[in-house]
Amino acid sequence: MDRKTIYFDHAATTPVSSEVLEKMLPYLKGNFGNPSSIYFLGRESKKAIEEAREKVANAIGANPREIFFTGSGTEADNWAIKGVAYSNRNKGNHIITTSIEHHAVLHACRYLESDGFEVTYLPVDENGLVSPEDVLKEIKPGTILISVMFANNEIGTIQPIKEIGKIAKDRGIIFHTDAVQAVGSVPIDVNDLNVDLLSMSAHKLYGPKGVGALYIRKGVKISSFIHGGAQERGRRASTENVAGIVGLGEAIKIATENMEENNKKLMSLRDRTIEEVLEKIPYTRLNGDRYKRLPGNVNFSFEFIEGESLLLMLDMKGIAASSGSACTSGSLDPSHVLLAIGLPHEIAHGSLRITFGKDNTHEDIDALMDVLPEIVGRLREMSPLYEKVKRGNQYV
Amino acid sequence: MYSEKVMDHFMNPRNVGEIENADGIGEVGNAKCGDIMKMYLKIENDVIVDAKFKTFGCGAAVATSSISTELIIGKTVDEALKITNKAVAEALDGLPPAKMHCSNLAEEAIRAAIQDYRSKNGMSQKESSEKEDYITCCKRCEDINHDID
Repeated sequence: MDRKTIYFDHAATTPVSSEVLEKMLPYLKGNFGNPSSIYFLGRESKKAIEEAREKVANAIGANPREIFFTGSGTEADNWAIKGVAYSNRNKGNHIITTSIEHHAVLHACRYLESDGFEVTYLPVDENGLVSPEDVLKEIKPGTILISVMFANNEIGTIQPIKEIGKIAKDRGIIFHTDAVQAVGSVPIDVNDLNVDLLSMSAHKLYGPKGVGALYIRKGVKISSFIHGGAQERGRRASTENVAGIVGLGEAIKIATENMEENNKKLMSLRDRTIEEVLEKIPYTRLNGDRYKRLPGNVNFSFEFIEGESLLLMLDMKGIAASSGSACTSGSLDPSHVLLAIGLPHEIAHGSLRITFGKDNTHEDIDALMDVLPEIVGRLREMSPLYEKVKRGNQYV
Repeated sequence: MYSEKVMDHFMNPRNVGEIENADGIGEVGNAKCGDIMKMYLKIENDVIVDAKFKTFGCGAAVATSSISTELIIGKTVDEALKITNKAVAEALDGLPPAKMHCSNLAEEAIRAAIQDYRSKNGMSQKESSEKEDYITCCKRCEDINHDID
């Protein structure tokens, strides 16, 4: 990074760590062989992929033969949902998911609806938690798939995956979880959790962009998503992104090994930020569950102000964060997650997400706290909504 | 994504605030869509001698509010009414396409404030389109989704 940036957006993406990069480099330059080739260079690439597969499998308690590399977490989600839907259509056409999924799941489900499938989008409570009882209630004879994200990318809420997994298993329904934000942050054992399909991505855990993986439990009926050559045992064609796959393997291994230590640090940053922001800035709420949340995630709503303005002002101070406001990506609706937890539009527009990473320090929080209360105050002084409230009127 | 001029008007907005006993006040936009603009005008002999604003919204909304006040101060009411959203955007060296609706909002805020002034002074003017403007804004909102990765 050229100018000094305090990076608080690790849920968006992370830098490739030097250990990971070092493992990848040989496969970009010297060992460039196509893993499908039988000569030495090809075999070396193949070996590297199989080693990575083992690392990924170990990280989630799976068998290496159940790990399939993809081009992204989004692809893994699309494959899981569409693949299960189409190959199990003879058993039924009903899918259960939640209203706070990532768009990779939500829009795949919307697509299936346009092709005759029926999808139930479960509501969540005010902290973003899905209730296993709600899952149970929605199951019907034609239900073929349940897909519930492990941890939410915006508000960090961690779902009761084990309970939902048991419900699905007892009824013989395939259970998918989008674990893109959870892998490396939450201990995962697919057998203990009764998960049948699990999506992962490398660039959220200090690996490279453009590579992900889907865990597919042995015996789960799922059609192929990308047709072509015999790569990934014919289930996901494409010449393998060897360096990327090596990077994913190493990144997930490091993240899992250092999870406990890393989480301890992230939680101390998280908890301090929550405490100080709520104490120092009035008219602020924490979005997401206070305790069942990712160790590095905080998400606030500051009333009377709009998120993009907040991000721009933080950016001018060298601080990079995200918002669920409409204006932050050229669209006009605030985040569907914040609306699903019951926030009125006005308050959803004023959200700020800070996601910590391994290189953040308490000094970074000092720097944040030096500017955040002042920026929020400045924007509020400019806001006609704040003016209304100061005069004792309601604004929502 | 924003021009330097937009950033300048966002970081150092001109004429933020309220005018006590303003001759005209216009409020447009909708908090649901993420922006509200409130414009205060001081008018003497049909000339806008002062303008102040308060805005809830994105960088472009604040910048268009700020530049609008600069554009109308010193102008007659009739001249101010001729300022288009295009002129507002051009004065800022352009706005990203997704933010053009913010320049509409500024134009509407000026109109609403002038209409308020005229109706307070018994001058007839056809009904404001403020209500319709809310609908236009929200119609756009419905088509687009947003989330953060």
